[in-house]
Amino acid sequence: MILSKDEAQSILQKVLGFSTADECEATLSGTTGGNIRTARNTVSTAGAIDNVALTVEARFGKRAGIATCNQFDEATLRRCVQRAEEIARLAPESPEYVPMLGAQQYLSTPAFAASTAGITPDFRATQAGKGMALCEQRKVSSAAFLEDEAGFVAKRNKKGLEAYQQFTNLDYSVTVRTPDGTGSGYATADFTDISKFDAGRLTQIAADKATSSVGAKAIEPGKYTVILEPAALVANSDASLLGALMNAFDARSADEGRSFLSKKGGGNRKGEKLFDERVTIYSDPASADIPTLAFAGDGRPRQKVTWIEKGVVKNLFSSRFWAQKQGIPDVPPPGGFIMTGGTQSTADLIKSTQKGILVTRLWYIRPVDPQTLLYTGLTRDGTFYIENGKIKHPIKNFRFNESPIIMLNNLEAIGRPQRIGGNLVPPLKIRDFTFTSLSDAV
Amino acid sequence: MKRRDFVGLTGLGVGALFLPGLSFGGTTVNAAELLSPLDAALNKRLADAALNAAKAAGASYADVRIGRYLNQSIFAREKQVQNIVNGESFGAGVRVIANGTWGFAATNQVTEAGLAKAAQTAVQIAKANAKVQKEPVKLAPQQGYGEVSWKTPIQQNAFEVPVKDKVDLLLAANAAALDNGANFVNSSLFQVNEQKYFASTDGSYIDQDVHRIWPTFGVTAIDRASGKFRTREALSAPMGLGYEYLVPKAADKIAGPGGTGLIGYKNSYDILEDAALAAKQAKAKLTATSVTPGKYDLVLDPNHLGLTIHESIGHATELDRVLGYEANYAGTSFATLDWKKQNKPYGSKIVNIVADKTQPGSLGAVGYDDEGVKTKQWDIIRDGMLVDYQKIRDQAAIVGQTESDGCCYSQSWQDVQFQRMANISLKPGQQKMSVDDMIRGVDKGIYIAGRGSFSIDQQRYNFQFGGTVFYAIEKGKIAGQIEDVAYQANTQEFWNSCAAICDQSDYRLFGSFFDGKGQPSQVSAVSHGSATTRFNGVNVINTARKV
Repeated sequence: MILSKDEAQSILQKVLGFSTADECEATLSGTTGGNIRTARNTVSTAGAIDNVALTVEARFGKRAGIATCNQFDEATLRRCVQRAEEIARLAPESPEYVPMLGAQQYLSTPAFAASTAGITPDFRATQAGKGMALCEQRKVSSAAFLEDEAGFVAKRNKKGLEAYQQFTNLDYSVTVRTPDGTGSGYATADFTDISKFDAGRLTQIAADKATSSVGAKAIEPGKYTVILEPAALVANSDASLLGALMNAFDARSADEGRSFLSKKGGGNRKGEKLFDERVTIYSDPASADIPTLAFAGDGRPRQKVTWIEKGVVKNLFSSRFWAQKQGIPDVPPPGGFIMTGGTQSTADLIKSTQKGILVTRLWYIRPVDPQTLLYTGLTRDGTFYIENGKIKHPIKNFRFNESPIIMLNNLEAIGRPQRIGGNLVPPLKIRDFTFTSLSDAV
Repeated sequence: MKRRDFVGLTGLGVGALFLPGLSFGGTTVNAAELLSPLDAALNKRLADAALNAAKAAGASYADVRIGRYLNQSIFAREKQVQNIVNGESFGAGVRVIANGTWGFAATNQVTEAGLAKAAQTAVQIAKANAKVQKEPVKLAPQQGYGEVSWKTPIQQNAFEVPVKDKVDLLLAANAAALDNGANFVNSSLFQVNEQKYFASTDGSYIDQDVHRIWPTFGVTAIDRASGKFRTREALSAPMGLGYEYLVPKAADKIAGPGGTGLIGYKNSYDILEDAALAAKQAKAKLTATSVTPGKYDLVLDPNHLGLTIHESIGHATELDRVLGYEANYAGTSFATLDWKKQNKPYGSKIVNIVADKTQPGSLGAVGYDDEGVKTKQWDIIRDGMLVDYQKIRDQAAIVGQTESDGCCYSQSWQDVQFQRMANISLKPGQQKMSVDDMIRGVDKGIYIAGRGSFSIDQQRYNFQFGGTVFYAIEKGKIAGQIEDVAYQANTQEFWNSCAAICDQSDYRLFGSFFDGKGQPSQVSAVSHGSATTRFNGVNVINTARKV
């Protein structure tokens, strides 16, 4: 359910009015949305979800308690506040206490689109139907998932913090397989505004990859030049190489000596050049391509922040406590990130490659060594051998063991960024990417 | 496995000071007020409102789950508590078949009107989707059980234990780690109570009270001069038990291999003992010899092997994956219906894998699943051969069977139920054998305990696993701690290299609290039992890198 700013702030004002705590902050968030899932060219499950939840944090001195509820009659709201206060009285004092934020100034960010908020079950069924019809016609099998939501977040506390924003999102992904199970292709896209969404077009891409990946040949594992498409760099709903890198930009872990950004002997590596000079990554909540909420979960304003500039670590994010303790800038983690690139398409990158491998997707990526950010995972849904600027033939999937730090030092070329999983990421050409074994999986 | 769904509202309403937070959404209340399950008579009236509304709207089948999901989580680091959260989520989900198609809707308005409206929405969705549906749903027949109930057989409800006692225990564990040389330690205690009421148009009204618990920690040791750091995780297991799991009993302790100091834990866990050992082992990891890559005989502790079983057998034998329903997310399986017909060995003849939704103390144990099927135990692999899959009501007919295996589950009232992994366990060896007996027979090997890095391909062929602690085995003896170990193998080659399994006295449960599957992704909790097991000639890689 989406409450208007006035409706939400009216509930929050009432909630704060019930509080007897030294400090109290209330957050109201709600979503309304639905999903449809298909497999074997038919619908498997579909549903609608509608919920609103209130979170209350109460503090007495340095003691804090949190309670939530999802009913909004006066008695329930009052009880929710009382319960947060009960827990706060029971909790030990926190040595990491920081007073709640006061009033903040937020950017205006285009995170909401009315078109997405108006999606109906018929719209979902029609889009799913387009993809399935195309696959029936091409005699291949599809499995797809469409999920959309419209929501809001509102915050208010006794010190004058007041925030409210609406957002929308649609995620779509589709895997197409050939009937004999020897070919598989994938496509994914996500949108704030669904006006450009077309399940048929995405299914077409996945089907093309599926049929062109049939007849894969095995080549020896080892170090290869690779072209990593955006879906091989960032995943919508799983760990990823670039996602892992950005998650590691936490100042506290670095300062405490348990991060690749920790410096020998103490301190962190902010200011050091750790990547190829063509690597620049920043975040911008007001980006027209990947807008995010203008405030972080704890109410801190999100601003444009440069994390890596020309290969140099420029900023780390931190909690308010750690920023205050260390006397460093108080920067919240980003909502999404943008890696700058050039104008080349994936096809252009292939053309300029003498020998290499096109990786369309990486999968089941898990940390192996946090010290070096070494990750393992596998190629999936279409891997191709490139020779003399052309795709020569599909190849069997590989397991890799590689670190994004090494990867971004072995940069050969950067393509044109595109939106994926709420980020803007270009395809990358990387030399000496380490594949350690073959997989029989298709 | 994903924790993020459990740690749902982290960073949303919670100040950074008190991270990590936890909630499913829903109402947070004093746990003491929630110990009495919901009133069954009221639930029946509400459920009937949903079922009647669904039928009136044109559903040929309907079920409703009214759920109160309680969670309490405590997070501590070093000498301080980071967060204490009581969470309750209350609502209902209605699932229907209309025009041969599934529809689902959930609501937090748990009134007769609210449930009827959700039922009507579910039917509306089903009818919209029926227009593009190709295969009408066929449900395996299911008898109605009338009004029945089931409860996890716990000795002490963890929600009844004062918060202070739990906080004190975690802080004592942290102190034990710090006293033994740890630089950092994070500990946590997760407790779950699912009070769920299921009813269906088959005539079942099932009231269940399910409990789970998981104490865990991570201990980090740092060498500032070299910039090196290493972490050793707890060797506890999440269990389908009450607070009795945190009251250590000597009879539940199994000595690990001589020379390691390790202890295996059965139905109770000594967190103080493990935290102290963890700190010593984390420090030793900083200077341990880096493994030489090559082929080794692996001796795998149950607290490690459980994850390998989970990924290479548990997921591979889920029928929805085999049939392609998970193709767009986690993938499919090599163990297809055609592959099964070829009678190729999944593992060596001593490999016997059983699926079980009834095993006491396990995470997956319930009386009835989330579509009203009484739970059972059944064989998956017998003498190395695949004999069956894990399946639910709408899958049985696809493989010519007439009965569900009772492994349907939803993580909450607001998510649709679907096929989830039963407890999948390796039967212990028939011959008497301790872990020391096993190691005596190994010339060049590695002993691995605890969970580490894990990754497997989308058809469950190629996997790579790390661990928490590694010991070299040379000429039948433990020869010291080593580091940078991961093994890569193919599922069938690995299980066919299974050479010996310790006996029942070494059998223990490993568990996963946050097994992720499906779209939208849902978590589920599942256990995997085994005794210490030997695998011959497995490929080990060295994971050290310079950056």
